[in-house]
Amino acid sequence: MAVNDIDCAQALKRLIEFIDRELADADREAIERHLQTCRSCLSRAEFERALKGKLRGLSQGDVPSKTLDRITALMQEF
Amino acid sequence: MSITKEAFETQVMAILGRLHGVAARLTRNDADAEDLVADTIVRAWRARESLMAPSAFPAWIFRILNNTFISDRRRASVRGLTEPIEDTEFDDRQPFSIFERLHQPFLLWFANPEQEFLDKLLRDDVDKALAALPEHYRVVVIMADMEDLKYAEIAETLKIPIGTVRSRLARARAALQKTLWTLAQERGIEVSHAPKH
Repeated sequence: MAVNDIDCAQALKRLIEFIDRELADADREAIERHLQTCRSCLSRAEFERALKGKLRGLSQGDVPSKTLDRITALMQEF
Repeated sequence: MSITKEAFETQVMAILGRLHGVAARLTRNDADAEDLVADTIVRAWRARESLMAPSAFPAWIFRILNNTFISDRRRASVRGLTEPIEDTEFDDRQPFSIFERLHQPFLLWFANPEQEFLDKLLRDDVDKALAALPEHYRVVVIMADMEDLKYAEIAETLKIPIGTVRSRLARARAALQKTLWTLAQERGIEVSHAPKH
């Protein structure tokens, strides 16, 4: 992808890689410039990012007390 | 570096919630999740000389957790205890997208049905949708979206090409969204200004 303005089809094609931070700088900047001018693609990016955030949020949670007790006892044996 | 026992324990306790959270979603079984976390911590302690810096602890121990899980699953696979990997039912031409179901461009400035949908989703809905994924899809979503791993790291952990990580992740996310959509409909979630399908 060249460092020029891209259209919606080009932006959407690589949007998920953009959100996953997998793009090289030039490609990333091209999509960022497109999102600054395209409300629809920006909405799509915000939606996918928010859904990814909900999945990431699943990793925050309480540890069952049984697990905590086991791990504590385990480490005491080290 | 040589981490002290006290420093190791402190690091483990700080990250235990996240370790357990990921283990629980990988295994979908409380007892297996606890075993996975325990095995991971034992392996990490034994391999502590390989930890390069205290700041690297989270990434380092999650690598051990992922590798431990994958090794366990490979052993189970040899014993015929895992699900076969089948992508044959997936239609790459029309991957499911909640956004495309809900988005209406003319509403851009005064409504956001897609965000409204997400706001109405419960944590439990997302958890159920993730748990419903076949293992080979669930694992890549967990690694990419819960653990925030790069495609190359996922490829190295799973011993698959990076192109396979990309395609599998795309399919997994589409399947997840389809399940979320179904769960939302079963719960009667309604979104204002949503197009009627």
